[in-house]
Amino acid sequence: MEKNVLLQVEGLVKHFPLRKGTFRRSKAAVRAVDGIDLFIREGETLGLVGESGCGKTTAGRSILRLLEPTAGRILFRSRRMAEAMSAGAEGVDVAKATPRQMHALRRDMQIIFQDPYSSLNPRMTVGAIVGEPLLVHNLARGSAREDRVLEVLTAVGLKAEHMKRYPHEFSGGQRQRIGIARALVLEPQLVVCDEPVSALDVSIQAQVLNLLEDLQREFGLTYLFVAHNLSVVKHISGRVAVMYLGRIVELASTERLFADPRHPYTEALVSAVPVPEPDITVERIILEGDVPSPVNPPPGCHFHPRCRYAIETCRTQAPTYRDLGEEHFVACHRSEELRLQPARSK
Amino acid sequence: MPFLRKREPREPKKAKPRSLGRDAMRRLMKNRAAVAGGVILLVLFFAAIFADFVAPYSYTEGSVLDNYAGPSAAHPLGCDFMGRDMLSRLIYGARISLAAGLVGAFTAFIIGVTFGLISGFFGGKTDNIMMRFVDIMYAFPTLLLIILLMVFFKSSLSVSGVAAEGFRGTLSNIDRAMGGMFFIFLGIGITSWLGEARLVRGMTLSVRNTEYIEAARAIGVPRRRILFRHVLPNVLGPAIVAQALQIPGFILYEAFLSFIGLGVNPPTPSWGMMLSDGYIAMRSHFHLVLWPALAISITLFAFNFLGDGIRDAFDPRQTR
Repeated sequence: MEKNVLLQVEGLVKHFPLRKGTFRRSKAAVRAVDGIDLFIREGETLGLVGESGCGKTTAGRSILRLLEPTAGRILFRSRRMAEAMSAGAEGVDVAKATPRQMHALRRDMQIIFQDPYSSLNPRMTVGAIVGEPLLVHNLARGSAREDRVLEVLTAVGLKAEHMKRYPHEFSGGQRQRIGIARALVLEPQLVVCDEPVSALDVSIQAQVLNLLEDLQREFGLTYLFVAHNLSVVKHISGRVAVMYLGRIVELASTERLFADPRHPYTEALVSAVPVPEPDITVERIILEGDVPSPVNPPPGCHFHPRCRYAIETCRTQAPTYRDLGEEHFVACHRSEELRLQPARSK
Repeated sequence: MPFLRKREPREPKKAKPRSLGRDAMRRLMKNRAAVAGGVILLVLFFAAIFADFVAPYSYTEGSVLDNYAGPSAAHPLGCDFMGRDMLSRLIYGARISLAAGLVGAFTAFIIGVTFGLISGFFGGKTDNIMMRFVDIMYAFPTLLLIILLMVFFKSSLSVSGVAAEGFRGTLSNIDRAMGGMFFIFLGIGITSWLGEARLVRGMTLSVRNTEYIEAARAIGVPRRRILFRHVLPNVLGPAIVAQALQIPGFILYEAFLSFIGLGVNPPTPSWGMMLSDGYIAMRSHFHLVLWPALAISITLFAFNFLGDGIRDAFDPRQTR
């Protein structure tokens, strides 16, 4: 594990068993996340994109152990755990942490949710919502807690008078700020942003994205940014991972991914990003068919039934996930030979 | 023009924190039927609590001369077959009806919420076993079950005249001291929490899957605190409303049980018992059944209006 790597995920798998019948025997499983590898360096933003149901949200939640991972290692260099800081240590394996360790780890890894309406308890005031993390981690009491809550609320652009109000009195954008304040009050190192702007109006999206960037600079945060909107991801992330049906198909720096996609799925995704320039016409690749069921994914490369470059090997053998050089990871048999179309640019 | 009133300059709205409960209260006060129901119930409660001062006569003693007397200045609602003042008996009877309604609802609420919350929150096998138990209980016809229970209580526990011993004796003593009300409460309580338990379980399941519960877990909130601080408060509103809507049903159960002679012990007046005393002479002395029947109807209306009002106030989006 490199020194500045904060989080390293190795072979993360999350299957949801499908239970049927009277005796609830497990007959099949939804392979939501089917073995992914990635790492995030301290202070960077890794975008995780893919279409609905590809497992990106599940991946984010498994990393925080809000879902119990089926297999894999989640090495996290927690600032507060002594053994993680010792020289040469690989960090704490979140997947194997005891409940006690997990409780301590939660201070360092937080999450921001997609839906600002359902992610705040309607029966609690904003002050109570943002103060709760301090309470359960026994960090500040009484007026000290209030001061800290106020400090964080100010940082996300809310005011002192908002503390005594209830969530339903706020707009979507404000509520998302409350959610961000709740995640930041513990001063975490890693924040998983689970589509934090997808539910907001476009005008508000920009505000919240800028806020997230400002906060990242101010508090040295590391983001795992889960999203399906490529423009948003392109704007905020330094590196991007593309997921398809439970696997990462390509991972590279944002510039490289858009300028030189090496996976046919990335090519199709990238070609779909609208460019506000009427003169530019580039072929838009339209994928045929639907995403196959994650209960029985196709053999070989998961993408082959929809891939226009598929050859016989793709139907039988799963491609290896490999580094093409300069940390451009890809899982496609034909990455080296294909000349794929880059993103349209102005 | 006279009908155009000068509009008062509106005061700048003060940003006051409004909890959901306060919002609901404001909406409730705007609902006229609910307010009317509430006022009627307030009067009833007042009369029931201060019956000793409000009622003009005793509910046990009458005069032979007044048997079946019609309404008069001395007895505005007339007298019953034993010459007892109907108005006084109605007022004392309100105690029984209201108590049956409230205690029934309260018991069902406590048992139902506890049961449903545990079942929904812990899920899995616990949930399965607990809900199958509810299913089995549901299979009994409620009214029949209450009747059987009452017969059982009355016959085997309250041995008339003889002081029973042990646990049974204690129970029957309590019942006798309460004028036969205790077993009614017990009967209603045992049988009517099932719906509440199902409702609360369903609500708990849906709340448990919300993102704010996930957020709480991400923060590291202990399970017990999640249950009491996050799940319970969000389940409570609908659970209370559901029980408020059940109250009329419980009042009816009491009236019915008293009518068929399984309710309160005479001479404790209950509206159901007054009906049962009066229906024999109904053709010649209609007032004997008219007043208790009216009292029951008005009370049920009042509770229904108020209950509906509370429900709508808590959930303004839902339209009838």
